[in-house]
Amino acid sequence: MSARRSVSLTTGAVLVGLVVVAAVVSLVWLPYSLYDTSGGRLTPPGAGHWLGTDTLGRDLATQLLIGARIALATGLGAVLVGGVLGTAIGLAAAFARPWLDDTLSAVLDIVIAFPTLLVAMLLVAARGASLGTAIVAIGLVMAAVVARLVRILARRVLRQDYVTAARTSGTTWARIVTEHVLPNIWPTLAVNLALQFGLAVLAEASLSYLGLGAPPPNASWGRMLQDAQQTAFEAPAGVLAPGLALVVLVIGANLFADGLRDVADPTRRGRRAGGTAAPGLQTGTSGGDALGTAVPVASPVDPDGRPA
Amino acid sequence: MSAALLGLSDVGFRYPGRSGRSRRADGSALALDGVSFAVQPGRHLGIVGESGAGKTTVLRMLLGLASPDTGTVTFDGAPLDLRDRAGIRRFRAAVQPVFQDPYSSLDPRQRVDRIVGEPLRSLGVAGGSEASDRVAAALEDVGLGADAGRRWPHEFSGGQRQRIAIARAVVAGPRVLVADEPVSALDLTTRVVVLELFERLAEEHGMTIVLVSHDLAVVARLCADTVVLRGGRVVEQGATAQVLATPASGYTRALLDAVPRLPR
Amino acid sequence: MTSAITVTDLRIATDDGTTLVDGVSFAVEDGGRLGIVGESGSGKSLTALAVLGLLPAGLTATGSVLVGGVEVVGASERTLRGVRGSVVAPVFQEPMTALDPLMRAGDQIAEPLRRHRGLRGAAVRAAVREAVTDVALPEPDRVVRAFPWELSGGQRQRVAIAMALACRPRVLIADEPTTALDVTVQAQVLDLLDTTVAQRGTALLFISHDLPVVARTVDRVLVLESGRAVEEGPVRDVIAAPTHPYTQRLVGSARTLQDALDAGRRGTR
Repeated sequence: MSARRSVSLTTGAVLVGLVVVAAVVSLVWLPYSLYDTSGGRLTPPGAGHWLGTDTLGRDLATQLLIGARIALATGLGAVLVGGVLGTAIGLAAAFARPWLDDTLSAVLDIVIAFPTLLVAMLLVAARGASLGTAIVAIGLVMAAVVARLVRILARRVLRQDYVTAARTSGTTWARIVTEHVLPNIWPTLAVNLALQFGLAVLAEASLSYLGLGAPPPNASWGRMLQDAQQTAFEAPAGVLAPGLALVVLVIGANLFADGLRDVADPTRRGRRAGGTAAPGLQTGTSGGDALGTAVPVASPVDPDGRPA
Repeated sequence: MSAALLGLSDVGFRYPGRSGRSRRADGSALALDGVSFAVQPGRHLGIVGESGAGKTTVLRMLLGLASPDTGTVTFDGAPLDLRDRAGIRRFRAAVQPVFQDPYSSLDPRQRVDRIVGEPLRSLGVAGGSEASDRVAAALEDVGLGADAGRRWPHEFSGGQRQRIAIARAVVAGPRVLVADEPVSALDLTTRVVVLELFERLAEEHGMTIVLVSHDLAVVARLCADTVVLRGGRVVEQGATAQVLATPASGYTRALLDAVPRLPR
Repeated sequence: MTSAITVTDLRIATDDGTTLVDGVSFAVEDGGRLGIVGESGSGKSLTALAVLGLLPAGLTATGSVLVGGVEVVGASERTLRGVRGSVVAPVFQEPMTALDPLMRAGDQIAEPLRRHRGLRGAAVRAAVREAVTDVALPEPDRVVRAFPWELSGGQRQRVAIAMALACRPRVLIADEPTTALDVTVQAQVLDLLDTTVAQRGTALLFISHDLPVVARTVDRVLVLESGRAVEEGPVRDVIAAPTHPYTQRLVGSARTLQDALDAGRRGTR
């Protein structure tokens, strides 16, 4: 991995890591209690309250730390729901007969057409606002996006000769999925899930901002923004803190996704040695294949991975 | 004449899928029509045809991946039933493939030893240390060192990858090797070497090879018998020497004449 | 009188230092036919791309490539556009990807005609029809209106050739033009290339791994191995008596396969 490529990955990991640390810390220690309103209205940042207080006198730093927990929980929860459900549906569509595949694809397209917030609002209207409902709503829309991606990736894999070889080797379809399909779609899927994580965090923040997230005393960054919005110029810390926190987490997730994609790029591997991911080409040996010694040959390949 | 190992008997097959796109250029809807031929043990069989001849469909049937609409695929003299699980297992252990594209026939996310060992695992032919031994032996057999096992496919060239695919095909000790254009994607010098490998392995392990190819020279080099396919039908078949020396079909003659020649 | 193509000491390297083509030199005279033969990794396709000014990002060429007297190495895109199509035109291996799947064949042939010969309206339509009949495509009206997926591989390749020849280039560069085609279609397309190139006096740079195909199409051949030129000369001489070990191996392999086929034809398999 060249130095340039790992920067995205490490930077992203560091940024996300900061938020993770904040969330973990919040589980064992908080500067104040969330219910403690003794700080005085809109106290500026100082020794007592590092980020100041909000309009009700509650410590902002405390809320920020708890908000980290909520942001991560939503991100991970939604990715889990969306990832698992989406993969299952996507695989089903990939294996399905044409008519079923068409039906599923149409349903997925319809779900994707709905803005996430709209779906969330519908669910909240039905089941009441809560963190769980928010996670499920975001997860459901994510599942549709993931399913569409998995369907395409899985179909591409299923067309490969190594899947046919697995069948003629007697491997059951179930094992083909676990041993061949999933490992091969995972790199691209992981990148997508990392991006979805960031989107999920933003979606939750939006929901909380609109008052549709977890009910008070919820400390979501989105809700913090809502509270601080009227007094933004009087006490900027109230807006800057949650805003920056969101930026750090989402950009961190996106950078991490970029880094993952760079690491998983198959044409990079093709540069080091003789093989590439380009099928159907005239290829052969570049040194000593008569004895077939397995020497990684630095065979000339162009950046598309084709032998020259 | 000894009993046929593998064969097609009056096989017909329609293109599946939505109507309208499923017809041939000449309007017929048949991918295969009345195809019959047999693989005799010890006599390698070449199946020659251009694109659209139906080679792929024949191949899929020989590998038990598709069932004919009419007619039967026979194995060891009996019709092949894809629903008979035990029977299919025996069939798969006896009939193994080598594909055309060395870049798509190996799972890029698995190490070579795992790839080569898959038939042993899935067919329950061997396990544990016996399996590792057989994988190592197969890799040696195809001219790759046993230490090739720990490496990844992308570390190998096209010719070497084809050898890995061949190792996978022979590891379970099959009686028939069905090879789909196995050298078409390889360089000229590698082609000859790989064909020699096929020949040697077939002799050492008592395997019969079915070679699907558009290249008559390759078929001439390796196969005792030849079947010529065109438009889903068999236009000619018989001993290779006979088919090439005295082709009965004008199409075969056209194929022969079209092969570009080196000046003397 | 300048040659159609003069390549002097061409080197192509990746940005991180790997040399893919190392000091290759050759010339193609007007009306001449040069074949470049090599296996994968020989650099033959990269050489063709360098002549067209189409090297992918990440590769740099040094040395001199004169196309119709114009230096292509390091040239601006404007210069290159002036050279491509009118001086040098390509035919690639995979007709399915060389043609735009969303444009009808006739429109694709018309594009270079509009750009380089400034033709419009009825003149363009007439020129397109002429181009299509020149490449012996049956049912020219149907072909002109057809999309690439409605045509067979051989037909697509003929359309690609028609596109390349439409602007009467000085030299045609064909990179494995028949490798993806059936053998009978290959023979027809090679015959076509033969006649059209001869009729128009176009020079031909023919690149392939397939020795017999190259042998019947060109006068002179250059053999590349791992980016270096190892042998050059009249094609019959090089094949009859190759001097370099690599060429000997190539010719040897080709002969082995041909001998097997000949033995079969004699019935002595």
